[in-house]
Formats: sequence, C-alpha cells, structure tokens
Amino acid sequence: MTPSASDGAAMSGDTVTVLPRPAAASRAGGLLDRLRNIEPVSLLWAALAAALLFLVAAPLVKLFVASFETQGTGAFTLSNYATAYGRQRYLDALVNSLTLGLLSAAISVVLAVPMAWAVSRTDMPGKGLTWAAVLGAFVVPPYLAAIGWILLAGPNSGFVNQAWRWLTGAEGALVNVYSFTGLALVIALNSFPLVFILVKAALDLISSEMEDAANIIGAGPWTTMWKVTLPLAWPAVLAGFILVFLETIALFGTPAIIGIPARINVVTTQLWQFFEYPVRVEVAAAYAMPLLLVTVGLIAVQKLLLGRKGFVSQTGKGGERRMVRLGPFRWVLFGWCAGVGALAVVMPVLVLIQASFAKAWGRGLALDNLTLRNYALLLFEHEMALTSVWNTIWFSAAAATIAGAIALLVAYLVNRRLVPFGEVLGFLCMAPFVIPGIVMAIGFYAAYASPPLALYGTATLLILAFTARFLPIAYANSQAAVRAVHPEMEEAARILGAGRLQSIARVTAPLLKKSLLGGWLIVFILASRELSAAVFLVGPRTRTMSVLLYDLSEAGNFEVLAAFGGILLAITLVLVAVGMKLAGRDFMLRRE
Amino acid sequence: MSRLVLRGLTKAFGKLTVVDAVDLALEEGEFVSLLGPSGCGKTTTLRMIAGFLEPTAGAIEMDGRVISSPGSVMPPERRRMSMIFQSYAIWPNMTVEENVAFGLKLRKLPSEEVRRRTAEILEVVQMSHLAGRYPAELSGGQQQRVALARAIVVKPSVLLLDEPLSNLDANLREEMRFEIRRLHDEFRITTVYVTHDQAEAMATSDRIAVMNAGRIEQVDVPHLLYTRPRTRFVAGFIGRTNLLEGRLAEGEIALDGFALKVAQLADRVPEAGNRPILLSVRPQSMVLHRTPPSANGRPVLPAMVAERVYLGESWDYVVRPRDSGLRLRVAAPPLQVHEVGDPVWLEMDPRQIAVVD
Repeated sequence: MTPSASDGAAMSGDTVTVLPRPAAASRAGGLLDRLRNIEPVSLLWAALAAALLFLVAAPLVKLFVASFETQGTGAFTLSNYATAYGRQRYLDALVNSLTLGLLSAAISVVLAVPMAWAVSRTDMPGKGLTWAAVLGAFVVPPYLAAIGWILLAGPNSGFVNQAWRWLTGAEGALVNVYSFTGLALVIALNSFPLVFILVKAALDLISSEMEDAANIIGAGPWTTMWKVTLPLAWPAVLAGFILVFLETIALFGTPAIIGIPARINVVTTQLWQFFEYPVRVEVAAAYAMPLLLVTVGLIAVQKLLLGRKGFVSQTGKGGERRMVRLGPFRWVLFGWCAGVGALAVVMPVLVLIQASFAKAWGRGLALDNLTLRNYALLLFEHEMALTSVWNTIWFSAAAATIAGAIALLVAYLVNRRLVPFGEVLGFLCMAPFVIPGIVMAIGFYAAYASPPLALYGTATLLILAFTARFLPIAYANSQAAVRAVHPEMEEAARILGAGRLQSIARVTAPLLKKSLLGGWLIVFILASRELSAAVFLVGPRTRTMSVLLYDLSEAGNFEVLAAFGGILLAITLVLVAVGMKLAGRDFMLRRE
Repeated sequence: MSRLVLRGLTKAFGKLTVVDAVDLALEEGEFVSLLGPSGCGKTTTLRMIAGFLEPTAGAIEMDGRVISSPGSVMPPERRRMSMIFQSYAIWPNMTVEENVAFGLKLRKLPSEEVRRRTAEILEVVQMSHLAGRYPAELSGGQQQRVALARAIVVKPSVLLLDEPLSNLDANLREEMRFEIRRLHDEFRITTVYVTHDQAEAMATSDRIAVMNAGRIEQVDVPHLLYTRPRTRFVAGFIGRTNLLEGRLAEGEIALDGFALKVAQLADRVPEAGNRPILLSVRPQSMVLHRTPPSANGRPVLPAMVAERVYLGESWDYVVRPRDSGLRLRVAAPPLQVHEVGDPVWLEMDPRQIAVVD
C-alpha cells in the first residue's frame, strides 16, 4: 500500500511531461505546435476536473435537485419540503440537533481549554499523559465511546450506578446516559480534542513577553491569564466551539445508539428514518438542507475568526516562552486533565475490554465470567464479521489511495502553476470540508444509487463516498507536503539533465514519501471508522465494521459488540502506531 | 562566435513586462553578471536562459542555434547547462557524493569515471572529507560548495548562478566570491551570474550588465561601469555619486553657482546646441583643501563643510559651494579633519566626471 505516494508523483510526471520541443524542429508550427505542447497537462487537468465533478459537485447538485423532485416521475414539486418540515416531530429534531450541538460544544470548551492552557503555558506535570488522553479520545470512534458509556452509566446496570447504590444504599441511579445531558456529555468527551488542538496551537504562538508586559505593570498570574493570555486565544476557542458544534449536528452513531432508546430524535437520526422502507430520498434531501447551510455558514465564520491576523499574535520573533509556575495548583490542573482522560478514554475502553471477555458484562470482573467466546463467535461463526473487517480494510485503503493520488496531482499542479485555473481544482478538493458526511451520503445515494449507474450496494459506491468525504484532508496534507519541497530541488535535477518525470521520481517523490504516507494513514484511519455516510450506502454484502457494530448495537448483545469494537480498536491502534513510527509522533494531531 | 546570445529577449506576465527586449552576447569562457535591484528582471532572464521559462518575444541562441523562442523552448535537461540556485537545492535525501555524482550518472558515464571526477571536484572545493555526509549535517557555506561542485563537475556549456551568496553571512560571502572567481579561472566555464550586490559582481565578473525595470542599462567591464556610468540609474546604483543637473551652451556646462569647460571632460560631448545635461561626480574624485590650492587647471570652488560622518575607512563630508544651492558629498582620508562650518576649497577632477543620459 505504502508506495501510493510515489506512484502518484510518478504519474503526475508522466502526464505532465510537457512541452517544449527542440527549437530547430518548429518555429513555423505556430498555433498548432503550441496546442500540441500544452495538451498533456490540459488533458490531466480535464481528467482531474471530471473526477472532482463526479466526486464532489454532481452529488451535491443532485441532492439539491432531488429535493424538488417527485419520487418516481422526477417532476418539479415543493411537497418534499412541505413533508420534511410539516410535522412537529421533524421540527423538534431540528431544535434538538441545535441544542445538542451547543451543549456539546460548550462542554468541550470547558473540558479542553484548561487542558490546552496547562499543556501550552504552565509547568503542570504529566503533559505526556494529557497528550495521550487527547490522542486517545481522538482515536476512539464516537460510537464505541457511546457503547462504553452505556455500560458505565446505564440507569439500571451501569457500573457507575451499581457502585453508587453499593456505596450509598440508594435505590435510584446517579447518572443516566439515556438523557439529553448524558448524550451531550458523551459527545463532548469524544470531541474535545478539536478544541484542544486549536487552542493549544493559538497559545503556542503567544510569546511570554505578552505576559511579562502584563506582569511588569502589576498583574498577577491569574489576572494575566484572564485578561491577556486567554483573550488572545479567544478566536481559537470560538473556532473550536464551532467545529464541535458542526461535528455534533452531523454525528449519526452516538445519537442513534444513545438517543433512539432515550427517545431523543435529532436531524441525523430523523434522516435515517426517512431511509427506512420505503426510502424517501427526496424528503431526506429537503430535510438535509439546514444541516448543509448551517455548516457552510459556520465554516465561513470560523475561517474569518482564524484568518484575522494581528489579533492572534503571530510574531515570529521574541517568541521565547517560559512556563507559568503554578505552585501546588498544578496538581489541581493535573487532576482535571487526568479526570478528563479517565472519563473520555480509560473508563469506556476498560469496560469495553471487560465486556468483550465476559459471559455477561453486568457481572463484572470475575474468573467464572471470563470467556473468549465472543471473539471466537465473531472470528469463526459470524457470517458477516470477517467480511466486514475485510471490507473496511480494502474500502479504506482504496479510498485513501484514490484521494491521495487526486490530492497529490492537484496540489502539484496548483503549487507548480502548471495549468491555468488550477485553483478551481483545489477548491473542488476542499469543498467536501463544508459538507456533513451524512448529507454527502444522501447526495451520493440520490446521484448514483439508482440507474443508470445503479451503484447501490456496491463497493464502488462506498469507496467513492469515502474518497470524496476525506479528500479535503488528503488535499491539505498533499499541499503542505508539496509546498515543503522547493521547486528548485526539481529544477536542479532538470538542469543537470533529468527529464521532468525523472526528476520527480529521483528527487521529489523520495522527499514527499514520508508526509504522504502520514496523510494516507490519516485518511485510512478516518475511513475505517466512518459510520454516518457508510450507514446510508452499504448493501447486504458491503457492510463495514462500523455499520456492523451499529447493527449489533441494535440487537443489544453488548459482549459480542464489545469484542467487535475491540477488534476495530486494535486495528486502529496498530495503524496509529505505524503512523507515529513512520510519519512522526504528532501526525494525527498536527494542525493544518 | 559567441557562446550565448540573447536577442530582444522579452518576458511578460499578463500585462506586466518583466524583461524588456534584452540584448546580450557572451563569449566562450566569459563571466558576465546581471546586476540590478530586486524586481529588475534579472532572475527571470536567467530562468529563460535555463529553459524554465518561455520568452514572450525574442530568442536565445547557443553556439549559433536557437534554443528558446516563443512557442519553442528546448527543455532544461537538454541544454547541457548547470545552475546554482538561491536555495542551493541540495537534495537532502542524498549524500554529498551522491549529489555531486547525480549529473554524471545521468550522462551514463562509466562508474569508474563518475567516481574519479566526483572525487576530483570535491577535492577542488575542499569537501572531500565530508563526501559521505547528508546535507542537513552541513553548514551554509559547505552546502554552497556542494552546489558549486555539483554544477561544475558536469563541465556545462554554460553555468548559471542565481544569487548564490544571498543566504550566507557577510564574511562567508566575501570568501565565496573569491572561490567562485577562482573556480572560473580554473575551469573557464561560460558563466551568467545574477546578483543584486555590486561588490559581488565587481569581484567575480569579466563584464557586468546592469539591469533596471526589465532593461539592460549598460554592459561594461567593472571599472568602466564605475568611472563612466552611462545612465542616471547606473551612476546611482553602482557606488555613491553626486548627480549634478546643468545646462550645456557654448562649450561650457553651467551648473548651480559655477561652470565647467566641456573640453576638460574626458567624455566626448557634442558641443553644439543649448540643452540640459546631467553629470555624475564621484565623492572620491574630489579633494578638500584647507587653503586655496595652487592653480593646476582644475576647477576649484570655495565651499563650507555642512555635515560630516566618520566611517573609519574615510570621512564622509557634505560641503556647500559658495553662492550655490548644491550639497556635494566628498570622501576624504581619515586624517583630513575639517570641522562643520569650516571654510574649505573643493578641487574637482574633470577627467573623472561622467556625462550621464
């Protein structure tokens, strides 16, 4: 799999080998000659544009068009909108999504900002552990965390409530995951890394001299933090808030696993219901519009916030940073970080592992409760489990490779200015960033599920959807990688006698290899746990692990479910470890 | 026959003309600098010579054959040139030795010869002891030497250098200047050197082409460029100078408060006509006297010291000739001290005055 990077680069060279022909050959050729010279790059440009239109633009357009079509006939109608917004239940779901988004984002900020400040600016101990907690929360798929928290905080047999009853002798439950707050907390505990990464990056840029300037005119450490440091990071906090909000309103797994039993209906679960037999794609398309519009709007706001230079102090010089000395209070902060880490990662993962080896998870750790039956069932008896593992691996690998190749070619064309209007291609690559995965899935379904392409239930449909969904990440990664290789590196090879293809193969490709591999792994990892698009597009034979996990959660067999989650986590962890080894320790959390 | 000829070479990006009808011819083995401020088009010219850019108009010929013209550009890899880049562009994934051997291997030379020539050139640039190192382990100056070795080892028909010293600190820059000239004296490779640093150009070049706003203002050997600047820009860009506006009439140039005889100037000036004229007078070409000097035919003006700055190597005086609004900068040796306000006699040397367009 790994050489995808260099393959991509080599390909670009092949098709880009432009141009110029020896002078003697032709001066009279004029226009014809010129056309012949430009052709190969233009062909590549056209091919990439076609691929991107197919992957990104067409599904979006189809989504929009479908929302005005009558099912079957395709005649223009407004009735889809009337249906989608005509029932109190559907409107409630909209309100629920917004409220849930706000609540989760607020909790995430509360959880993450002290952690970011502690890691970036203070002498708090255990920074490595805090990083591990953040990375852990980032790596654990949200729906697995949700299942973990069902085992922890289910009102009857959740471990936390069992312990509470045992300790106090009380009758009721201490916490109930099947509640609006419970749902918001579980989401926040999984999403806070987004806030952490943004805020820490902003804090890292603030030089200690800013704080010194406040200290010297009489502000203590606390006043300085409240009046100087945090306000400087304020745009990043807001940007993180927006990201978590958007993540939450587009999230399917957690609301489906926790929300449906708790009778909390949100937009994504409602969309899912429109896809129950008989499938009403047109209504779903109409109903998905607010999600799309809110996302586009807020991403624009977020860009504006982070783009306002001069506010976040981006000085290169005077950037010396000293850590704020906290005294005994540093242990309080450490406790906070450790607590978040325990709630977000350690506790849910531990109960999942426990359940995966248990005959009945509620009986807890006991020798006679231990069994390997759950794993054995999945590996040797379950008809779909192994297929889904295989599906997940090869869909993700294919999507990561295609997305990586397209992204690399476009990044190369744009960066080296080899074609006019290259930016159009770059824009198309980045566009899926503002499309929630679930909306994109509905677009793909509307555009390609039925004839003429009739891709429903095929691996192709899933691979294409994954490719489109993670194209922006692959593109951002490729862009950074290509930008880091100075064009003069290639030119130096060419002037010494290497053709364009040769200089790319001998010089550029080896230099890009590492970062492209990192990008490939990120897309692979994200695709391998993707649920909200997959759940709409899988057929009976193309179930991925994430979808099968969701199916199992509906069946309620938590021991088998946990074992399957364990397998997914193990695969992810191996890949993360490989990535850290090959592409650098922070390859997943780098801020692009 | 000239090795490399630029004929009316022009490059426009959209409406912006960056290089404007440049004509230049290099003899075999000649070292010519393109000197000018940033944005004057010198790097664009170099990149057209290398074949990375296509000219909008004009042509480039090598050994009598057109290698670049609009719509038809021989690709860089077939020009048998080599180039040293501003960023050095030393490939970080190869050792010093592999970097240097790269071009030789592309030429499919026997490995024995590749090894021998690589070793020889590394000896010449004093990098033999670091042959196995990776570029990340080298200093800026060492990387520069690798870049030089890599470019020279292939015995290119033309060597191109794009501001190769601009990333080095001052001392190293001076050292590398002489290194570049030494290598040129040894290998006699036809060379085009782009720089914005006049001292660099003076130290290395056989001839310098001064560029401004896409055009070549003057091509000359270094000392003539200094003593006989042809344009206002060249006079101001190469060293410091006093530019005096005057009026030519009846064999005399009338300046503010005094006049010079045209016959005394070394430059040939058509005496006829009554027209404005511009003179460049170098600070080093004038002498300050405490008392009126004995008459020797040179113009002497009574003046007063208006400002002074001590620069260590010399005094930098600003003097005001009597009955004149002019303020002239004059360089004087360190021991020649005049106080501000002192009366002085300013002696000019007409032979060192240049008439500028």
